[in-house]
Amino acid sequence: MSYDAKFRVWRGDASGGELVDYTVEVNDGEVVLDIIHRLQATQSGDLAVRWNCKAGKCGSCSAEVNGIPRLMCMTRMSTFTETETVTVTPMRAFPVIRDLVTDVSFNYEKARQIPAFAPPEGVARGEYRMQQVDVERSQEFRKCIECFLCQNTCHVVRDHEENKEAFAGPRFLIRAAELDMHPLDARDDRADFARDEQGIGMCNITKCCTEVCPEHIRITDNGIIPMKERVVGKRYDPLVWLGNKIGRRKP
Amino acid sequence: MAAELETHDYDVLIVGAGGAGLRAAIAAREAGLRTAIICKSLFGKAHTVMAEGGIAASMGNVNSHDSWQVHFRDTMRGGKFLNSWRMAELHAKEAPDRVWELETYGALFDRTPDGRISQRNFGGHEYPRLAHVGDRTGLELIRTMQQKIVSLQQDDQRESGDPEARLKVFAEVTITDLLQDETGTIAGAFGYFRESGRFVRFNAPAVVLATGGIGKSFKVTSNSWEYTGDGHALALRAGSTLVNMEFIQFHPTGMVWPPSVKGILVTESVRGDGGVLKNSEGKRFMFDYVPDVFRGQYAQTEEEGDRWYTDPDNNKRPPELLPRDEVARAINSEVKAGRGSPHGGVFLDIASRRSPEEILKKLPSMHHQFKELADVDITQEAMEVGPTCHYVMGGVEVDPDTAAAARVPGLFAAGEVSGGMHGSNRLGGNSLSDLLVFGARAGAGAAAYVRGLGDARPIVPQSALDEAATTALAPFEEEGGENPYTLHQEMQQTMNDLVGIIRKAEEIEAALTKLEELKERAKHLTVEGHRQFNPGWHLALDLRNMLAVSECVARAALLRQESRGGHTRDDYPKMDASWRGRNLICSTEGDGIRVEEQPMPPMRGDLLDLFQRDELAKYLTPEELAAVGATGGATEATDGSGS
Amino acid sequence: MAGGVGSPGRAQIPWRTLRGDRWWFPPAVTFTLIVLWLLYALVRTSMQRDYFVATYHYLTPFYSPCVTASCHPDARHVGTWLGEMPPLVPYAFFLLPILLGFRLTCYYYRKAYYRAFWLSPPACAVAEPHAKYTGETRFPLILQNAHRYFFYAAVVVSGMNTLDAFDGFHGKDGGVGVGLGTIVMLTNAAFLWLYTLSCHSCRHLIGGRLKHFSKHPLRYRAWTIVSRLNTRHMQLAWTTLGTLLVTDLYIALVASGALTDLRFYN
Repeated sequence: MSYDAKFRVWRGDASGGELVDYTVEVNDGEVVLDIIHRLQATQSGDLAVRWNCKAGKCGSCSAEVNGIPRLMCMTRMSTFTETETVTVTPMRAFPVIRDLVTDVSFNYEKARQIPAFAPPEGVARGEYRMQQVDVERSQEFRKCIECFLCQNTCHVVRDHEENKEAFAGPRFLIRAAELDMHPLDARDDRADFARDEQGIGMCNITKCCTEVCPEHIRITDNGIIPMKERVVGKRYDPLVWLGNKIGRRKP
Repeated sequence: MAAELETHDYDVLIVGAGGAGLRAAIAAREAGLRTAIICKSLFGKAHTVMAEGGIAASMGNVNSHDSWQVHFRDTMRGGKFLNSWRMAELHAKEAPDRVWELETYGALFDRTPDGRISQRNFGGHEYPRLAHVGDRTGLELIRTMQQKIVSLQQDDQRESGDPEARLKVFAEVTITDLLQDETGTIAGAFGYFRESGRFVRFNAPAVVLATGGIGKSFKVTSNSWEYTGDGHALALRAGSTLVNMEFIQFHPTGMVWPPSVKGILVTESVRGDGGVLKNSEGKRFMFDYVPDVFRGQYAQTEEEGDRWYTDPDNNKRPPELLPRDEVARAINSEVKAGRGSPHGGVFLDIASRRSPEEILKKLPSMHHQFKELADVDITQEAMEVGPTCHYVMGGVEVDPDTAAAARVPGLFAAGEVSGGMHGSNRLGGNSLSDLLVFGARAGAGAAAYVRGLGDARPIVPQSALDEAATTALAPFEEEGGENPYTLHQEMQQTMNDLVGIIRKAEEIEAALTKLEELKERAKHLTVEGHRQFNPGWHLALDLRNMLAVSECVARAALLRQESRGGHTRDDYPKMDASWRGRNLICSTEGDGIRVEEQPMPPMRGDLLDLFQRDELAKYLTPEELAAVGATGGATEATDGSGS
Repeated sequence: MAGGVGSPGRAQIPWRTLRGDRWWFPPAVTFTLIVLWLLYALVRTSMQRDYFVATYHYLTPFYSPCVTASCHPDARHVGTWLGEMPPLVPYAFFLLPILLGFRLTCYYYRKAYYRAFWLSPPACAVAEPHAKYTGETRFPLILQNAHRYFFYAAVVVSGMNTLDAFDGFHGKDGGVGVGLGTIVMLTNAAFLWLYTLSCHSCRHLIGGRLKHFSKHPLRYRAWTIVSRLNTRHMQLAWTTLGTLLVTDLYIALVASGALTDLRFYN
């Protein structure tokens, strides 16, 4: 069972590019990435695309399929009709390198700004004790495969290049949440950091990050909103504010 | 050429950013050396993320009888006594510390009720031993070490203002050649940036290879495109040796449908958590395939096997949990006998044995994988699975203690690219612990080597650089040559059909003939486009690595006339004790590949004492056994829990 | 498109979105429904009539608590705190801001109106029309952080609606009675509670703020319950808009005599 599908793939680099039309064979059970690979092998050997595992676990093949940010390996061709033209473009929030490959270094820079896990003092290796219920919240965020689709779809940076400096993006707000909820992390300023350095206030919780997450992490409800609430607790609570004003910080 | 070549100077260069590479980098950096990590993909995308089951380490959190000795024993049994026993010993002893260390980096493993790291059962392991996080343990391991590296960079940022002062990651860089001085001592490496196609040179007196496996030489594989045997080939070309390349693990349970995901792994935990294998007649066929060496350790009846899940102390485990090679061969036989599933596999059924809630809790990413990729709900229906090329036991011949590669000073190897540790077959879960233990050892070994050099640095002759550049650009020079994709497909088909899970002499010889032909054709490759992010070009360069490694595999497979672990010869179906003491060493000889025998060092007496005599008798020759008699060999296996 | 997806360096694609699905439909529906609801509420609160069914003590939530001298004496079941209201001013003028504030700062409604009204963004991967964006970092949107205080107040409001519903167990003869209106009011109060308790701030306060659930088993239990409700926060937000409107409309129709209350008992 195979048919010829119409594909439009963005070809080009930072200096310019365009959507190029292809007609390509599609077989039963295939995903968009398979078709891109077929284009590579049969029609354009230099079509640039990032991929690794082809099983939705490494988060490399992020792109936009018919305008929606998705992993190409997790987009089954059966979700399209045989007559439909499938448009594939690179992620549009990051600088393009070539074809479907973008420069995602923004994310690695943001990752480096977050203070690392702070091990508890006086607890030796092998002596860490944590309860399952206490690690589960952070574990949800550690499912993240860093496909950066959330970063790509977030309008704060997608639609406003100038915000990239001040805003860390959903992926790193849940990293902050993960550390703040880590049962043994020794730092207590994760929420302050989220507000002052990561720009959590810029998030207007329109939830597109959650919508595009291939791991179905509830980024907004379980990560960003709890962090916003923690920020409120530390920074917008009148009592705390008063305490800070008179110079006696609550411990 | 030389004037415009981007050059970086480091003390230690790590090639590969999977588990072993990152752990080596952490060790080298913590030893105070300037370290660079070369990453073929983006940082954090390494194939290690695919590992699902867990990290084997005898912490004894779930069953306190466990100890390094038991783990060592299991590892040797799994490898059919062909393991480098010293590596297996170090591995079993150090794995717990390496796992606990991850917690200090921020890892969050699943917990036991008393708050310790939970451990799960896995094929070939006597006790629940695998530290895990649901079924995404590899991802946790990579992310944890990635974040540890970031944390070390933050330390440097605080100290010197430059986060990359002593530890830098070069993402999307491929190394095409190692650089050596005139004596063959390692001096660095040569490669290119995928993004721009520009060449780059690294000067470093120590290079740690941590490039993973060779699965992309086979058609059906669980491995990603990166697994092209780069490290194996780099070591070979540098004059080092590969050991026991004939041993390739075919994971018994890969997806067989749909075609686009054929080969992708279905974790062994499905079986560890109650899943069973059935043929098209609905029969649990594994009971028919328990080999003699394992006869006493596995359940004989379904009832006993089923009791084991809840009461492992008083029951024997079900045969679905036999080592991977046994299960893979069993599935192969069932399919050949016409009792396979519609798409040429067998059925892996957990739906009828566990509640949907339990399946979702224990195997969330498996559920996700089947739902999204195959539109199969594993809580409702059985999966179709079949063998897939998963792991190569063979690899760079290394010194167990320092991970130094044979014959080439300054070269180190750790992880899947190194050989010996797993013998003829690797146990599930031993891979991640291998990465950690020998990654750390390779980093430390490289650091010690560099310190030992003092200020002396090997010098690379200019001709070596020119040659590396010329070789790399050759596919652009040729017009009307071969398409690298076509060649790759032919090679994969050849390896899969002729040097696959079941082998025989004529087929291997046919494969070698075909490989010779491909090697010739590969000298005339043509790629279109330019150097910027050009996958056709990248494949053209990887192809020579895959061809060299495939030849090692085929030649070694032809030479070893027995069946053992990940090497099954139809024409020599029995394990032969006289072959146990022999390693097959692959090296380059001019333009060709040579494989020769090399005796293994005899195992230390105190390690032999961990086994019962009658078990040793299954593996050792009568002469070897007699020699053991002189030094010891236990009449009763020591449990080891007291020591 | 100079900025945003048209920024230099990014893939040059001349469309603000390549989505071909009806991405505009959900925000359009949200916009329409909210506007209609607000118009209805505006008209009803400023009518100053048909808010109370004296026979059965049905008080519409839009006029609750009725504590001014303008209110029907029987509607003032929690007392008379203020004098006569001028025309058009809602009788519940001091509680309506709380009600409005709670919903305005609600994490779900924020998503809904930022998308549907402010188009920021109108839908995922559809470029928004604004040149500048600072989110909730400045006045006035920084006030969104006050959600938890509105939550506290909303608990009082829900309590008030519950009292009203209890007062609605009023029969023709002055004793206990049950009619369709009573059921409607009770249902409304129940959903208001569910909506209020499923609030993200509530989830945080009741247990989400803890670092170690294992040390607080009761709060953990409460948190899991609220968390489960919280996954339905959006549905509850819309459901309560519906129940509020239906309750008010029903009482208005009965009060104006257009409809006769269906009585089950007395």
